[in-house]
Amino acid sequence: MSCGSGNCGCGGQGGKQEPTENTPVTDAIRATAKSANPGPLTKAAGWIGHIVFADMRITRIRVIAQAFFFILFLFFVIITDLRYLKGYPVSLFLEMDPLVGVATTITTWSVYKGLILGLVLLLPTLFLGRFFCNWICPYGTLHQVTRFLFGRRDEQWNIEANRFRNLQQLKYIILVAMIVAGFFGSLQIGLLDPICLFHRSMTAAILPGINLLIPDTFYVKQYYHVGAWLIGLILFFFVGMNVVIPRFFCRTVCPLGAFLGYLSRFSMWRIERDPNKCIDCDACLKNCQGASDPHTQLRKSECFVCFECIDDCPVDAISFSFMPNKDHEVTGPPLPGRRAAMASLLGIAGYAVARASGDSDENFNKKVIRPPGSVREDGFLERCIKCDQCIRVCPTNVLQPTILEAGLEGFWTPILNMKVGYCELNCTLCGQVCPTGAIQRISIEEKNGRGGYEAQGPVKLGTAFYDHGRCLPWAMETPCVVCEEVCPTSPKAIYSREVTIRKRDGKNITLRRPYVDPALCIGCGICEHECPVRDHAAIRVTAIGETRSPERSLLMDGGDPSNLLDLGTRDR
Amino acid sequence: MPREPVTPDPKGVNRRQFIRHLAMTGITSGGALAAALLLWERRHFVPGFGEKSGITLPSFSTGLLKTQTSLAVAHGTDRIATTRAAIDALGGMGRFVEKGDVVLLKPNVAFDRPPALAATTHPDSLRAIAELVLEAGAKRILVADNPINSPAGCFLKSGLKSVAIDLNLELIYPEQSAFTDLQLDGEILRHWPFFHRPFEKADKVIGIAPCKDHNLCSASMTMKNWYGLLGGRRNQFHQHIHSIISDFALMIQPTLVVLDGMHVLMSNGPTGGRLSDVRQVGSVVAGTDMVAVDSYGYTNLLGRNVADLDYLHKAHERGLGNMNWQETAWKEVRA
Repeated sequence: MSCGSGNCGCGGQGGKQEPTENTPVTDAIRATAKSANPGPLTKAAGWIGHIVFADMRITRIRVIAQAFFFILFLFFVIITDLRYLKGYPVSLFLEMDPLVGVATTITTWSVYKGLILGLVLLLPTLFLGRFFCNWICPYGTLHQVTRFLFGRRDEQWNIEANRFRNLQQLKYIILVAMIVAGFFGSLQIGLLDPICLFHRSMTAAILPGINLLIPDTFYVKQYYHVGAWLIGLILFFFVGMNVVIPRFFCRTVCPLGAFLGYLSRFSMWRIERDPNKCIDCDACLKNCQGASDPHTQLRKSECFVCFECIDDCPVDAISFSFMPNKDHEVTGPPLPGRRAAMASLLGIAGYAVARASGDSDENFNKKVIRPPGSVREDGFLERCIKCDQCIRVCPTNVLQPTILEAGLEGFWTPILNMKVGYCELNCTLCGQVCPTGAIQRISIEEKNGRGGYEAQGPVKLGTAFYDHGRCLPWAMETPCVVCEEVCPTSPKAIYSREVTIRKRDGKNITLRRPYVDPALCIGCGICEHECPVRDHAAIRVTAIGETRSPERSLLMDGGDPSNLLDLGTRDR
Repeated sequence: MPREPVTPDPKGVNRRQFIRHLAMTGITSGGALAAALLLWERRHFVPGFGEKSGITLPSFSTGLLKTQTSLAVAHGTDRIATTRAAIDALGGMGRFVEKGDVVLLKPNVAFDRPPALAATTHPDSLRAIAELVLEAGAKRILVADNPINSPAGCFLKSGLKSVAIDLNLELIYPEQSAFTDLQLDGEILRHWPFFHRPFEKADKVIGIAPCKDHNLCSASMTMKNWYGLLGGRRNQFHQHIHSIISDFALMIQPTLVVLDGMHVLMSNGPTGGRLSDVRQVGSVVAGTDMVAVDSYGYTNLLGRNVADLDYLHKAHERGLGNMNWQETAWKEVRA
């Protein structure tokens, strides 16, 4: 069996195994536990301490950290709900995700608010390597647990499954293509970034799915999400692949892992195998999470710093060392220059053909009604990471992930679907949880043009239009105007005129026929949502008239000054 | 097989590697930290609102003594001769164009129509003015418009492209990158994409407009001609058409405007389409005050009542021109 470095001293003396039990921590705990006449509390603490710390391997601390961050992640996802939100930093994982921070910096040349927290993970990675993947990442933990529960086989199979594969290049190709597209203003990392992907899966598939099976667990009223099946299917695929290739997603797909892999070339500490002690048994591969070849030259970019190899080494040849011999490592990611160039071309061409499809420009879709406070569409594509936090927090379920409405680039970005819900007038929760400023953190005063913002007026999402052929008072001699009743602006954007008409049976009927004042309509869509013509409402909102983009405005000057509202005083 | 001699593997890195690694990690961390702090966007904004900025145009007017003619009308049968006569009556092109000037000519090429339909500036109008400008010693002539129909087709079928080729005029198409935002304190026009590229080089600007009926604003003459300098969602202008056209008089102070009334589109404007829509009138009006020129054209070429044309009144009231053309220094000649 070869051992890679060529001068490893195979067959040299094996190291003496140090007993791991006698650490100062365990000694102190034992001392406490053994002290004379301990109180019941001390006794209990000592007992718990003994269980946790008695065999205090670093991998056990790691498992505790993983469990902590996994539960914290679930906690934040679950409380992203108007009933429980109390200023918790529910988007913390997204904000600390350094790929989100760096990729949005590339697209916008700015670091929006909390994204500065990306440094909290980025800087330590430069010293310690890809520890995030096996210590913090909740999606990685999900994969590891799945693998632990369903994927383990005999020892030899495990060893073979954990060898490095060339397929692991794929994640670097994905990352390079996405980052290069980012330079042109197309942010695509959210498609596969594990935090975004997990948030999206929780929001659109897992929580609504559980609520469907066990009613009233997460929602007051069942939530529905367009394309939930696809999001669920993708999650199931990645999780299921652990049975075939352990941690398939983390090793071969994850762009965040690839990004951290690039950063880890700078790390000062890494796993080091002492070739003089090594007996080439490959036991270090048994539980290797990253498939980073700890049995030979360590692939720094692939190592998750999980420390399993240290545990598994029978001769104590592996350690976590400060600046060990450079000859014992493969420093950079396994992506040859030509493949990187090809990946860049993929990013450039991908951007060009996607943008040239016109979905965000000339051929924009009337259904792409963005949440209040959204930046204009090109900026939205620079900022939205498709994490769907806004969709999670939306109290009316109006926010839905797109499929192709916003084009390929806008896949899984949020749009309003008035059939499912409507935009609540006094609510800006979507902007409060948006980590990247695709939906700006506007206040309710700014949204509604009140409290000092009268001059700029309200944020409009679109404009409502009547379909006279489907409207009851317009086409079917039937009184209605539910739309006027629910219209939340003051004065109402929907008004009606009384008309008396002769019905088919010859009797007269007096009813009210509704109209929209385009200067007052904010496009909230409650009229469409409440319209009794449920399948295809008689009043429908489309994106035209939205304030975020001047090229999609409807009225040149905000409409004719009306004595209903002091439009004349607005900065239009 | 004999084993190769084993040299002991050093445990760590050497000094050079150590310093290099330390420097690399340090520079990367420091760079990331500095970049993040520098680019930190601490405040939100409300998309679609906020301050807007843009360019404003300088005046292209050459100034005028009170005694000089500011409006000249020429009557005749030949377009080139009549146009020359009108300019001569104003005091000749030498009054407006200096030697070495770059002059922008702005025809109205809005539609993909042949010259006979009078929906666009006639090629002979362009030819007459361009020749006069060249004779006055201009270095270069630019021709630009942002038509409603496809630009290439409009320039080709209106016959202006062949004039441009013939006289070596530089055609500037309204390409995407030719637009810059304009800032104006207009009645309606405040912030709008503007066809700025031709203005980057031009010293003088001359508008050459046909005289046309217009379905919404009654007449399209020299003021309305500047519509073709704007980009963006121009279809919204129709919501406030008279305010917009009067804002054009604020937006640009041209060197000279020429209103071609040899053939006037009397009905079905601004597109026309039948020869019966066109009437032979045989006049060319030239002047430095486009409000006065349009006022003359509306009354004497289209034969309508100037009291009905809102945009003239708006511009007049704002002091952007004088719609009472009889009060100005005017002259009438026959070619």
